[in-house]
Amino acid sequence: MTSDTRAGPTKPNDLSQVSPANAAYVAMAADPRFAELRRRYRGFAFPMTAAFLAWYLLYVVLSAYARDFMSTKIVGNINVALLLGLLQFVSTFTIAWVYERHSRTKLDPLAAELRREIR
Amino acid sequence: MNNVHYLAADAGTRRGITMGLFAIFIAITLYITMRASRQNKTAADFYAADRSFSPLQNGLAIGGDYMSAASFLGIAGLIALYGYDGFLYSIGFLVAWLVALLLVAELMRNSGRFTMADVLAFRMRQRPVRTAAGISTITVSIFYLIAQMVGAGTLVALLLGIGKGQSLFGLSQGAAKNWTIVLVGALMIFYVTVGGMRGTTYVQIVKAGLLVFGAVVMTIVVLWKFNFDISSLLGQAAGRSGKGEAFLNPGLKYGAGDWVTKVDLISLGMALVLGTAGLPHILIRFYTVPTSRDARRSVNWAIGFIGGFYLMTLALGFGAAALVGSSAIRAQNKGGNTAAPQLAEQLGGGPGTMGGAFFLAFIASVAFATILAVVAGLTLASSSSVAHDLYANALHHGEVGERDEVRVARVSAFVIGAIAIVLSIFAQNLNVAFLVALAFAVAASGNLPTILYSLFWRRFNTQGATWAIYGGLITAVVLVAFSPVVSGSPTSMISDKDFSWFPLENPGIISIPAGFFFGWLGTMLSREKNDAKYAELEVRSLTGAGAH
Repeated sequence: MTSDTRAGPTKPNDLSQVSPANAAYVAMAADPRFAELRRRYRGFAFPMTAAFLAWYLLYVVLSAYARDFMSTKIVGNINVALLLGLLQFVSTFTIAWVYERHSRTKLDPLAAELRREIR
Repeated sequence: MNNVHYLAADAGTRRGITMGLFAIFIAITLYITMRASRQNKTAADFYAADRSFSPLQNGLAIGGDYMSAASFLGIAGLIALYGYDGFLYSIGFLVAWLVALLLVAELMRNSGRFTMADVLAFRMRQRPVRTAAGISTITVSIFYLIAQMVGAGTLVALLLGIGKGQSLFGLSQGAAKNWTIVLVGALMIFYVTVGGMRGTTYVQIVKAGLLVFGAVVMTIVVLWKFNFDISSLLGQAAGRSGKGEAFLNPGLKYGAGDWVTKVDLISLGMALVLGTAGLPHILIRFYTVPTSRDARRSVNWAIGFIGGFYLMTLALGFGAAALVGSSAIRAQNKGGNTAAPQLAEQLGGGPGTMGGAFFLAFIASVAFATILAVVAGLTLASSSSVAHDLYANALHHGEVGERDEVRVARVSAFVIGAIAIVLSIFAQNLNVAFLVALAFAVAASGNLPTILYSLFWRRFNTQGATWAIYGGLITAVVLVAFSPVVSGSPTSMISDKDFSWFPLENPGIISIPAGFFFGWLGTMLSREKNDAKYAELEVRSLTGAGAH
């Protein structure tokens, strides 16, 4: 397997065969506006993913190793653990909402413009 | 164990109402499946409901596909018995959706057609990648199916009040469980073969509606009983849990003692968060809407439903502890799976009352509907993959007519359903609850690395894809096979033998990095490289040009 250098198979229906349409996609990939679309998408999605994964991991690690801190009462019977858990819900809803807004204003219009040109 | 205890008051009436409601649900779903079948003509109809659902419908169906009986009854039960730690478990299931939203849903919708493998094999050699993705899809789905179907047998026996040594229509408990598994299996085969994706989706929408309705009603009644004072609800729950203060703090279930349980907790959390976006039956739901924007909105709706639902299980779990009491729940089922139905009975007026019997029967049939919708989704995902990935593309290089392909999909649904029934009956008396966590671990270790590399790493190639899938899959399965969930402890699947050497119950912390590592290594050891195809995938996935 390691010595396999075939660029792609030759079967007609094979998706990995370079199609005539492929040239249009390759040209678009080099377009500065596409680079801008990718930058806007990745610039949001990647750091945000890193952030919520870190925040979730922190919460789980605190639940495992910082039990005394997590058991601190805040109001009545509501403690830090429960509050941080509820904040995970809040952050999840908020990130989904912010991403929707980002997509609607920054990604969708540009994607639609480029899509029309490829057609 | 005395399972009859709380049913004794008017078991006959309650059983009658429960079975009546089951029958109504089955009749409704059979009807909508038949209706949906009229529109099943093309492959796009069968696999993706002709991409005709709205984001709201699909969001509900995603919720219906995702919220299994394990999360409805299981999490409410875990909270009722272990308090805070049960809640902690539910959070991973929700946060996971952000991975699907930000990294997977839209790009997948834009670049694939019917299955997960469409995206993974996009720029690779078809046969090896589709074979690997198909094997992984079937493995994940079968694990999940067996856990659900064995659970269904146990649950229905419990909900209908058939204890050990008792009988219903002359059936013993064991026979009743077997017949439940056969019934559930037959129904799911029907939904999938006749209704395809469209019928299955409607079943999931109806189920999600029932589930949300049931949960909302129960939550409002619980909170009303405590004058909407959450602190006093928590206080009474802790008081009646028998654990006192500790009930509200971390540590009752996970990480009670040594380092192993703490690492296990982190390992489980990783599999939950990273597994969801690699579950094939979830991924194919993104293909049922017209555009990637609709796929994104479906996930937003799903996040709303699922998040709202888990917040309500918090009220249900603590409510069950406070109003029913942990010892009464444990007396009924050691795992706490009856906490929600018992709470319903209590809220309806208590054991022996007509209101209690009716509310209990309603929640029991919601649980039954939940199982049916989930197993139908799993059967559809695996049969689609057999027909589209293994049969049409890996075996016949895509030179297969649509009708032929759909016929194979229907036959595979039948065969997979039959295999699942036999395996579930065989596993009926084994403790297979761990299979759900294993399905998530395989999805996180084999599928997710391959999906992310495919979408975002230019250099990725065929060998990288196969190594990532097989590497992650095999690592997860082997580690679990030699873990305490399979052998060596009283709660193991095989409790009278001990061949375990891996200390953790959840393999994620090792197998997820392993999947990423094998994907990287396989890629670097192969010279295959196709920049033009990656450019095409990248442009199509981000812009939606050329989307099906």
